[in-house]
Amino acid sequence: MIKVTNLSYIYQQGMPFEETALSDISFEIPDGDFVAIIGHTGSGKSTLIQHLNALIKPTKGKIEINGVDITAPDVDLRAVRRDVGLVFQYPEHQLFEETVYKDIAFGPKNMGLSDDEIRQRVLDAMHFVGLSEDLLEKSPFELSGGQKRRVAIAGVLSMRPKVLILDEPTAGLDPKGRDEILNQLVTLHKENENMTIIFVSHSMEDVAMLANNVLVMNKGKLAMKGSVADVFERSAELREMGLDVPQITELTHRLIAAGVDIRPDIYTVKFASEIFAELLKEAENV
Amino acid sequence: MIDVEKLSFSYDDEETQEKKYVIAELDLHIDKGSFVAVLGHNGSGKSTFAKHLNGILLPSGGKVYIAGMDTQDDAHTFDIRSTAGMVFQNPDNQIVAAIVEDEVAFAPENLGVESSEIRRRVDECLEIVNMSEFAKSTPSRLSGGQKQRIAIASVLAMEPQVIILDEPTAMLDPKGRSEVMKTIKKLNQERGMTVVLITHYMDEAALADRVVVMEKGKVVIDDVPKKVFSEVEKIKAIGLDVPQVTELLYRLREMGFDMPDDIITVAECKEVLLQKLKGLKK
Amino acid sequence: MFKDITIGQYIEGNSFIHKMDARVKILLSLIYIVILFLISTPVAYALVFLLTAFLVWLSKLPVKYIIKGLKPMLYILIFTSILNLFMTGGGDVLWTCPFLPSLKITEQGLKTAILMVLRLSLLVVVTSLLTLTTSPLMLTDGIEKLLKPFEIIKVPAHEIAMMMTIAIRFIPTLSEETEKIIKAQTARGADFESGNILKRAKAMIPLLVPLFISAFRRADDLAVAMDSRCYHGGKNRTRMKQMKMTWRDGVAAIVLVLASVLLLAI
Repeated sequence: MIKVTNLSYIYQQGMPFEETALSDISFEIPDGDFVAIIGHTGSGKSTLIQHLNALIKPTKGKIEINGVDITAPDVDLRAVRRDVGLVFQYPEHQLFEETVYKDIAFGPKNMGLSDDEIRQRVLDAMHFVGLSEDLLEKSPFELSGGQKRRVAIAGVLSMRPKVLILDEPTAGLDPKGRDEILNQLVTLHKENENMTIIFVSHSMEDVAMLANNVLVMNKGKLAMKGSVADVFERSAELREMGLDVPQITELTHRLIAAGVDIRPDIYTVKFASEIFAELLKEAENV
Repeated sequence: MIDVEKLSFSYDDEETQEKKYVIAELDLHIDKGSFVAVLGHNGSGKSTFAKHLNGILLPSGGKVYIAGMDTQDDAHTFDIRSTAGMVFQNPDNQIVAAIVEDEVAFAPENLGVESSEIRRRVDECLEIVNMSEFAKSTPSRLSGGQKQRIAIASVLAMEPQVIILDEPTAMLDPKGRSEVMKTIKKLNQERGMTVVLITHYMDEAALADRVVVMEKGKVVIDDVPKKVFSEVEKIKAIGLDVPQVTELLYRLREMGFDMPDDIITVAECKEVLLQKLKGLKK
Repeated sequence: MFKDITIGQYIEGNSFIHKMDARVKILLSLIYIVILFLISTPVAYALVFLLTAFLVWLSKLPVKYIIKGLKPMLYILIFTSILNLFMTGGGDVLWTCPFLPSLKITEQGLKTAILMVLRLSLLVVVTSLLTLTTSPLMLTDGIEKLLKPFEIIKVPAHEIAMMMTIAIRFIPTLSEETEKIIKAQTARGADFESGNILKRAKAMIPLLVPLFISAFRRADDLAVAMDSRCYHGGKNRTRMKQMKMTWRDGVAAIVLVLASVLLLAI
C-alpha cells in the first residue's frame, strides 16, 4: 500500500524562482490497484511520481510504501527504488547497452543478483512486455520505436518492483504501438494481481481502458480522486481544468442534457454500444 | 500545386542485399489552397513521402513537381524549399537560434532577403502564430506548443505557398496540440495556404478537407474525411483509429440497427441518436 | 555551480556598453587583456582597476552579479596565488617556514601572487562584462565579421560562428536531458556518486551513451531542418540585425587606446 500524507514540494526554495510544485497532497493506493494520474502539463504529475521512488525528497509531508517511510533520513534508497519501478517518459532514450539482454539486465545487476537469477528475470521481463527471445542478442538501437520502448519497460520490470509507475507510456506512439503497450499492461496486471500500476496519461481513452481509479492533479493540488466512472462523471469540472473526457462520455453527457434517460458513467465504446442497443430496442417497441 | 507521379523510394537492405521499397509508384495531385491530411501508422512511408515534397529526399523513381518545378532539378532546390516549407516533429531539434525572433529570421537570411524586409516578415509571422509577445524570449523556456508555433512562423517567413507538417503534434500535450491545430487551420482558411499534414491522429485528419491513407508505401484510401472514416474495418485493419462516435455507430450497425456511416463528430452523433431515441424522451 | 558562471550569460539592458558594436567590444576586450599582461607596476594596476570599475558602473549591471561570477574561479585564484607565493624567488625573504626551511615567502613571490590574482580577476570581470552586455547572436556575428578577413587563409569564419550559435542554443536542452537520464538510470539502481575513480568512470557509461546518441539524433534532425530552410553556409546570407558603429564606439576606442599608451608609459 502507498500512503501519501500532506505532501508538499517547493521547487528551488529560497531562490528567486521559488515555486510550489505540490501542495498538501494526501491519498492512499491499495496493493494491486491500477491508477491513472491525469492533469495538464505543469500540474505536478511528474513531480509527484518522482516522489514515490524517492528521486525527489518532499519539502513537507510523508510517503509510506508498504509501511516504510521513504522520506525518513535513514531509508535504504536502493530498496525503495527496487520496490517502486519508475519508467520515465520516452524511456527508450535511456537505452545504452550493446544488446537487449544487457540493457534489461542493468537493473538486476545493480541489485547484485546471481547470473542465473538475472537471466531468469530478464527472460520473465521480456515475456511480460511481449518481446520475442530472438531479440535478446540484438542491439536495442536496431529495433522499431515500439519495441525499443518495450525493452525500456522490461528494464524496469526486471527489478520485479511491487509498484510500477509509468510516465506517459504511450507518448509519441502511433495507434498500433499504443495498443500494444496498453494491452501488455493489462496482461501484466492480470498475471500479477498484487502489483500496483500507476500511470500518467494525457489520453482519456487510455485512462478509460486501463485504470480502476484516477487521481486528478491541477496546479499542484490533488483536485479529484475516485473511480474512473466517478471522475469522468464530473466532465464540466475536468473541462475547466483544461482536461477532456473520452468522446463517448461527452456524447452521453450531451444526450443527458438533451433529456435522454441514460446512465452517466459510460466511458468505453463497447459498453456504450451495449447500453445504446438496449435503449434503441426499447425505442423501437414504443 | 503538388504533382507526384509514380514516385518510388527504395534503399538496399544491408543484410539481404534486396531493394526495399518505402514508397512504391505513388501518384498524388494536391490542389492549391487545399488541406490534405496524410494518415498512416509508423513505417507506412508517410514521413518519407513528406520529405520528398521539398526535396530533402529525391525519388529513386518517378517525379515530384512543386508548383511545376521538378525536385530533382538542382537549379530549383531553394525555390522548391521556400515554396513548400516544412515543419518537423520534434520542436526541440529544429530550432537553431537562442532567441525567438532570430529563429524566425533564419530562413529569409539564408535566402538573402534585405534586412528591413526580414524585420517586417518576422513581425508579421510571429503575429500570425500568435507569438509576438515572445519575440525576445529564449525558445528553451517555451512550452512544446509554443515552440512548434515558432517553427511554423520560421517557415512562414520564407512566404511559402505550401506548408508541410510532419507529425507536428506527436510530442505535444493536448493543449499544445490544439494550439498547433488551430494555427494550421487558420493558415489554410484565412490565408489560403495549401496544407499537407502528416499525422496518425484521426481527430486531426478529420479537420482536413481530404484524407489520404497510406499503407506500405501506397495510397490505400483517398477521400473526404467522412467517407474515409466510414470504412471502419479497413482503417482498423491498417492499425489506425476511427473517432469513438464513428465506432459506436459502426458497432450498432453490426448489431442490426439502421445507423448512418458518415458521422465523425460528437454533435452529429448526438443528433442521430436523439432522433432514433425520440420515443423514449421524458 | 554552473549557475554561478557569468561568462556566456547575457542580461538585456540599455546601457552605453550594451549599445556598443559587438565587433568593437570584442576587439577592445582583447586589447584590454593584452595590456593586462603587459603592465606590472602597482600604479598601472590601480589605474586598470579603476577603469574596470568605471566600465562596470557604465554597464549598469548589478555589482553583486559580477562578483558572483568570480566565485567559481575562487579555487583557481587561491591555487595560483599559493603557487606563486612560494615558488617565486627573489628579493628579501619575508618569512621562512620553521619546519621546512626551503619553504619561504619572498618579496618577489608576494608581489607576483598579488598580481596574478588581480590579473585573473580582472580578466574574468572583463570577459563576463563582454558576454553579459552582448546578445549571443551579436557576439557570434561579431566574431564572424572579425574573422572574415582571415577567410583568405582558410579560416571558416561563418562556420565557427554558426557552431557557437548552435552550442548556445542547445546547452539548456542538453543539460535538461542529462538530468533526466541521470534520474532514469538512478531509478534502475545506477550509482553515480560512490566508488573510486575507475568505478565512477564506468558508472558514467549509462549516462554518456544515451546522451551522445541523443546529441547525434538532434544534430541530424537540426541539419535537415536547416537544409529545408535553405541554409547553404555564409554565402549571400543577409542579416536582420545589422551591426552599426556609432559615436559610442569611437569614444570607447579612443579612451582605451589613450589609456593603453598611458599605462604602458608608466
